[in-house]
Amino acid sequence: MFAYIVRRLVLMLVTLVGISIIIFVLLRIVPGNIVDILFDAAGFVDPADKANLEKELGLSQPIVVQYLNWIWGLLHGDLGYSYVSEKPALQEILPRIPITARLAGLALLFSASIGIPLGVLSAVHQGTRLDYALRIVSLSGLSLPSFWLGLLILMASVSLFGAMPIFNPNPKTWTEAFAIYAVPAMAVGFRSAALTMRITRSSMLEILRQDFIRTARAKGASERSVNYHHALKNAVLPVITVIGIEAAFLIGGLIVTETVFNIPGIARFLVEALRWRDYPIVQNLVMFIAVVVVVVNFTVDMLYAAIDPRIRYGD
Amino acid sequence: MRSVRTLAVAALAVLTVIGPALASEPKQGGILRIYHRDSPGSASIHEGATYSLNVPFMPIYNNLVIFNQHIAQNSVDTIVPELAESWAWSGDGKTLTFKLRKDVKWHDGKPFTSADVKCTFDMLMGKSQQKFRQNPRKSWYDQVNEVTTSGDYEASFNLKRPQPALLSLLASGYTPVYPCHVSAADMRTKPIGTGPFKFIEFKANESIKLTKNPDYFKKGLPYLDSIEFTIIPNRSTAILGFIAGQFDMTFPTEVTIPLLKDVKSQAPKAVCVVEPNNVSTNIIINSSAPPFDNLDIRRALALALDRKAFVSIMFDKQADIGGTMQPGPAGLWAMPQEMLETIPGYGPNIEASRAEARKLMQKAGYGPDKRLAVKVATRNIPIYRDPAIILIDQIKSIYIDGELEVVDTAQWFPKVARKDYSLGLNLTGNAVDDPDQSFYENYSCGSERNYTNYCNKEIEKLFDEQSAETDVAKRKKLTWEIDKKLQEDVARPIIFHSRSGTCWQPYVKGITVMSNSSYNGYRYEDVWLDK
Repeated sequence: MFAYIVRRLVLMLVTLVGISIIIFVLLRIVPGNIVDILFDAAGFVDPADKANLEKELGLSQPIVVQYLNWIWGLLHGDLGYSYVSEKPALQEILPRIPITARLAGLALLFSASIGIPLGVLSAVHQGTRLDYALRIVSLSGLSLPSFWLGLLILMASVSLFGAMPIFNPNPKTWTEAFAIYAVPAMAVGFRSAALTMRITRSSMLEILRQDFIRTARAKGASERSVNYHHALKNAVLPVITVIGIEAAFLIGGLIVTETVFNIPGIARFLVEALRWRDYPIVQNLVMFIAVVVVVVNFTVDMLYAAIDPRIRYGD
Repeated sequence: MRSVRTLAVAALAVLTVIGPALASEPKQGGILRIYHRDSPGSASIHEGATYSLNVPFMPIYNNLVIFNQHIAQNSVDTIVPELAESWAWSGDGKTLTFKLRKDVKWHDGKPFTSADVKCTFDMLMGKSQQKFRQNPRKSWYDQVNEVTTSGDYEASFNLKRPQPALLSLLASGYTPVYPCHVSAADMRTKPIGTGPFKFIEFKANESIKLTKNPDYFKKGLPYLDSIEFTIIPNRSTAILGFIAGQFDMTFPTEVTIPLLKDVKSQAPKAVCVVEPNNVSTNIIINSSAPPFDNLDIRRALALALDRKAFVSIMFDKQADIGGTMQPGPAGLWAMPQEMLETIPGYGPNIEASRAEARKLMQKAGYGPDKRLAVKVATRNIPIYRDPAIILIDQIKSIYIDGELEVVDTAQWFPKVARKDYSLGLNLTGNAVDDPDQSFYENYSCGSERNYTNYCNKEIEKLFDEQSAETDVAKRKKLTWEIDKKLQEDVARPIIFHSRSGTCWQPYVKGITVMSNSSYNGYRYEDVWLDK
């Protein structure tokens, strides 16, 4: 197990180095940089002024030097300065992380707390009206785009309550504070819950047909004990995988939700930074998301071993 | 009894007269909450080329002079002093002298003097050590030789030749005076002005906050305690926020005509104004490469346009058709309708124009059996994309098969600047309704914003002639002549001039939406909230 963990950690490091190179090169392959955008949008370009600004921002240096400078800074906690706001990149990125993390966390919580019980319910009542109803709900969750659902929620809020749960950094009441995160979390978590529910259902159905479940029933175990103690415990492995993938996706993939609900999180910030070719922001944010994804994957793998004693990596 | 009745009638009469006056007495205090359509690149107006910057940051600054903020139509007659107490032109029209106010302080407490005026314009003309990171309106001051000062409270603009338009350029929201003692870099992030509001913070993609300047030189102003802009790029979310009452005002001129109907139905008490915004939608043609190096094809293209169809489809008939200069009555320099209709393609008989266009295409070697395939490039945002689609449909009638090529916003201007297109659809905004700004910027040889490569030395002479003309009537006639010639040369066929809406809650008072510019009306010093 120890050897496996070390091997995984080394692989994580190699992956992150690879990602850093890909991010850096891809960003510079995309046509246009911040200087082009600033000058060409404004017109009346003086090539000397343009060259001066490129020099000032370090964009005239060879790409390898730029890359090494970035990595060196990163290792020393210096993420550089945003080209647009001219503030330290760290100062721009840090306050946005908890906002997205809170939203993603709530969405995951919603997804797991709705998706797993409904998946179990659907499986144990397979072929009944309840099962069909729940399957329709999960199908609609997978089919409805979250931006559409988000807008629908906003329109309903305005129409019913005369208010809208868009982001407010200083909420006046606890209900407002809750609503500004919970409502978008539900909008995004609905799709996630539907996916969790389907995986839970299919995994449960597979387990419920196993011999040990029949044995448990033959021994007189209650339905509740069979379903939740014996079946769910064994069916939960693929669910953890899905939740892990969703967690990684949600950190960087909330762009639509953050836009519709006007949440100043990292996904929207990333897209805006990309629009301006604000390299220090984009490359550091993507790097942060990559780290989250790699760490979540690692944690999921470790959880496998903890939950299923049959799994012994490296043995 | 009679005396009591007389007294009551008198009291009623007094109340009738005074009542409304009391009701409309401006109230101090309150926060004006506006949503902003996007996150501006910086807070420095001089380095920006979009009114996304003017709207939130104009309240921080003052100009030497400014267009009266309560008269919708900007003109030289509506210019009022701001940091200047008065101004005077020299007899030869080559010197413009401003007497400055002595009671003005920057937000950091330092006094405002003529040195600040000189600093600002030296930097704009590229004559000072300190430089702007970008300087998009440098050409506005091409005719200014130098700015000189006489003592602390007098500054003069010495010109190479008379240029009456200079005063209008100085009155634009794009022309604030900057402090000498603050660097250009600091002005982008922590701007210092003399204006009615002080800068508090600008959180990119989140918000911009301004607070009242208690030491503003106009006593008793501003009325508001602060202004808060919430940045909401998603238009649906923003409009819903306004309808829900979470915002006091929409972003100015950001409500489209179709959206306006929604606002009016869902927030019937909202005050909404639709005004022209001096933004033209036009076709850019790369005349330096085939097939549009052929004048016949360019003329055919201009003849194929059914401008009224664009206006009906996109604006429910609420947009204007004209030449380069904004059409009247809001536009000051538009040629008369009868003159406009003499330009090929502007006449009422579209079918006749198209028949003529087909003949020109056939002369150029195209016809029903040999159609011309072109890509129609445009920015990937609805106000560009929608008319481009209509354009593609209209040019089918003259044997041109257009294919829409949508271009990422960040790539659009670089693409057109390097002439990497053959046919494109573009929008051109004018900060000041004046021929100098429009002609030199968009049609003079070598101008970076002359995307079509149009270069006509004869017309350039006319640009200079109108620019130096001090007689307004003569200048107008010259402008019409130039505008007509530009349309006949198919320099950049103008399709329409758009209109857009601005809405605010009924308790917001003192807002005037400008009718011939989207860049000049956001000082907000006497806006107040009646609640």
